[in-house]
Amino acid sequence: MKLTVNNKSYDLDVDPDMPLLWALRDVLKLTGTKYGCGIAQCGACTVHLDGNPIRSCVTPVQAIGEAKITTIEGLSENTDHPVQQAWLEVDVPQCGYCQSGQIMTAAALLEKNPHPDDAAIDAAMSGNICRCGTYERIRKAIHMAGQPLNKDV
Amino acid sequence: MIMKTNQQSRRNFLISSGLGTAGLLLTFSIPTACSRKLGGSREIQDFNAYLGIGKDGTVRVILSHVEMGQGIWTTLPMLIAEELDCDWKKIIVTHAPPGEPYIHTSYGVQMTGSSSSTYSEFDRYRMAGATARAMLISAAATRLGIDPSNCTTDSGHVLAGDRKIVYGELVEDAGKLTAPEQVSLKDPKDWKYIGTSMKRLDGKVKINGQAEYGLDKDLPGLQIAVVAHPPFFGAKVISYDATECLSINGVSQVVQIPTGLAVLATNFWSAKKGRDVLQVEWDLPVNSVTTTTQFEAYRNLAKSKGIVTQESGNVSEGLATSNTKLEMEYCLPYLAHACMEPMNCTIDFDGQQAEIWAGVQMPMEDRKKASEVLGIPEGQIQLHTLFMGGAFGRRTTFDSDFVVEAAHIAKTVRKPIKLVWTREDDMRAGYYRAAFLHDVKVGLDKNGHPQAWQHRVVGQSIHEQGTPFSAFVKNGIDGTSVEGARNSRYLDHTPHISIELHSTKNEVPVLWWRSVGHSHIAFAMESAIDELAHAAGKDPVAYRRELLDSKRHLATLNLAAEKSGWGKRLPDGHYQGIAVHESFRSYVAHVVEVSLENGKPKVQKVTCAIDCGLAVNPDGVKAQMEGGIIFGLSAALYGEITMDNGSAVQSNFHDYQMVRMSDAPKIEVFIVDSEEQMGGAGEPCVPPVAPALTNAIFAATGTRIRTLPVMTHLIL
Ligand code: FES
Ligand code: FES
Repeated sequence: MKLTVNNKSYDLDVDPDMPLLWALRDVLKLTGTKYGCGIAQCGACTVHLDGNPIRSCVTPVQAIGEAKITTIEGLSENTDHPVQQAWLEVDVPQCGYCQSGQIMTAAALLEKNPHPDDAAIDAAMSGNICRCGTYERIRKAIHMAGQPLNKDV
Repeated sequence: MIMKTNQQSRRNFLISSGLGTAGLLLTFSIPTACSRKLGGSREIQDFNAYLGIGKDGTVRVILSHVEMGQGIWTTLPMLIAEELDCDWKKIIVTHAPPGEPYIHTSYGVQMTGSSSSTYSEFDRYRMAGATARAMLISAAATRLGIDPSNCTTDSGHVLAGDRKIVYGELVEDAGKLTAPEQVSLKDPKDWKYIGTSMKRLDGKVKINGQAEYGLDKDLPGLQIAVVAHPPFFGAKVISYDATECLSINGVSQVVQIPTGLAVLATNFWSAKKGRDVLQVEWDLPVNSVTTTTQFEAYRNLAKSKGIVTQESGNVSEGLATSNTKLEMEYCLPYLAHACMEPMNCTIDFDGQQAEIWAGVQMPMEDRKKASEVLGIPEGQIQLHTLFMGGAFGRRTTFDSDFVVEAAHIAKTVRKPIKLVWTREDDMRAGYYRAAFLHDVKVGLDKNGHPQAWQHRVVGQSIHEQGTPFSAFVKNGIDGTSVEGARNSRYLDHTPHISIELHSTKNEVPVLWWRSVGHSHIAFAMESAIDELAHAAGKDPVAYRRELLDSKRHLATLNLAAEKSGWGKRLPDGHYQGIAVHESFRSYVAHVVEVSLENGKPKVQKVTCAIDCGLAVNPDGVKAQMEGGIIFGLSAALYGEITMDNGSAVQSNFHDYQMVRMSDAPKIEVFIVDSEEQMGGAGEPCVPPVAPALTNAIFAATGTRIRTLPVMTHLIL
């Protein structure tokens, strides 16, 4: 089975029904994408499929075909995607476990809607649980990433 | 003040934490480094057990406490940096291995908990930095042929007149010196880091996928283990058939362990598929805890007097002679910790030696438990603590449950194994916040103040489950079951008091859950006080002011009230509720502002005030408040594990719901400028959340919610 992840192609020998999450984590050793629920309830496993956020825990590898996967490891070369920069600026993470998923969802949102209002943030981000409760900062960071970054900060 | 780090005086550390030690010459012997070298390619000279410096100037801070999200990865290095005067950008951080020097300064075990990490290490880590700085100065003075008193330091350099030597150049010489027995600590007015908000040192690795959590551990030839656990608490395997399971691609073997059957495979998906088709016959449940009947039984128990934990006057008389009598019953369900990262543990055991990787709050105890199972001495086990995707108390278990389970598998398999719990395993395996019922009867005097307070607490004891902490149970009283009710400052002037406890027993394992007993007690106390205020016809803030003498309660109450605009005009349809509670040596007040949407409350805003004494990293304290408010709201609005005949009904986030972005209120946090004793931050923010919420709902609707969670009620 062929898979394109972070612009690299792989040939995988896995069961076709294996969710992408486990192919990434256990086979490709890309462990930045997290397991939280396995039933599309928490968003910890969010990756991009041709730029759209998907829950990799319920996406079998056989369903992916030619589509390109981007994981947190492939979001930027030097941890400098605008969303990551804003996340650092606001100091969002606590335990950090949910943050790959939060960032991937936020990056996809901003791609489509560079200046989301609170309602748009609610709609896009409510599939991602943060047990540490960093929502206040996530919201702030998304607003910040939507603005041109002030280089002095 | 003289301090020594011997066994006996360790407990006294705590007492010294505060501003009083600054500027004094302190006698102190900092434990030297553990013999086992920590990993890493840089050449780093250990100065003591907590700190090493590399020739390139890298400063390695070794954490006696573990990072679970609470920010200790940043706060302990701040304490060292303050006294070492190093370059903040050159700090790297690592968790300590199990070891004597890392034993908690007041609890006698190596552990992270009770919101105590910062204040319990405030002296030890500052002194670790100060002694290393003194050694660097001494080495520089010798090299320059001058007296050490002519040297100062600045950001990783020793300065003497116009000469300047970087720490890295001095490391080799300084490392050979004996650590001084006397050092003086900086005057607080000279602090550069303490009291200043510092960004998290683990921030970057947590936004690019590089942070390694327990679940991310990989080893060559690693087998993933998924365990079929009993469907009921206490059930055992009678027989099983693994034929179909073993036919699944990738599954290698099935092993029986005391807690069930472990399916091993090359990857999680195969192991889980294997478990799904494993045929197991379990024996019948040994108990039959069912939530509804449990609360009926608790209600019956509350009719009789419990073990008295605090008593004064004559409560029956006080109730009988009161002007107004109120009777209230509060019920709180079992709650799961639901850490974002499910429990897991990796072990590589070859029969002689073992290495363990896990996210645990008591590494030394966990290693001990693993050694008992593996049958090798603790010294032959290396335990590595990795980042934790949340903990909230769940990773401090008495029986090291998931570590021991992994050890049983590793012992049989003798290959590197990683035990992975699914979310369902994690949520249904127990170790919950216990369900509690509070029966509260209060008599008011003619001023509307409580003249009699009878409070019966009914629920399982954490410490009576045969734990190493059973010493906490005194005369049948587990202090954590009544903490916050016993000796409540609201009752300072109440003549007739009886705070009683019925400790119940059953098979459902219970544990400390972020804020422990305060998580249920504060709901009962702060709801009751609010009910009394309304019965007395007084404003809830004014009424609390009348009852409370405690300066720190009042400081947070007043600050939260002021900043939230209490008593001022609110947006149409918005209502406020307030609560204030002391726990883990800190004081927190919240004002929750709600509106109603379709008969359900919507939390619009939470205004929080905390007095934790000195806030070492103010933004870190704020982050804990924000997170604790969401954690408390999740529990108050949705949190409920119900039992059906000894089995947990809820299993995943679809039926054990959390506050999500769309529910998340605006949060404002204010820190009281305080020179009082330092307290914790991780837990104290949780207890007042639920009562402030239900008090707001009462203000909005006149409906008093006495049973949590809120969302099970329709409020109109
Ligand atoms: S792990 Fe995929 S949504 Fe939770
Ligand atoms: S930061 Fe811990 S779950 Fe989000």
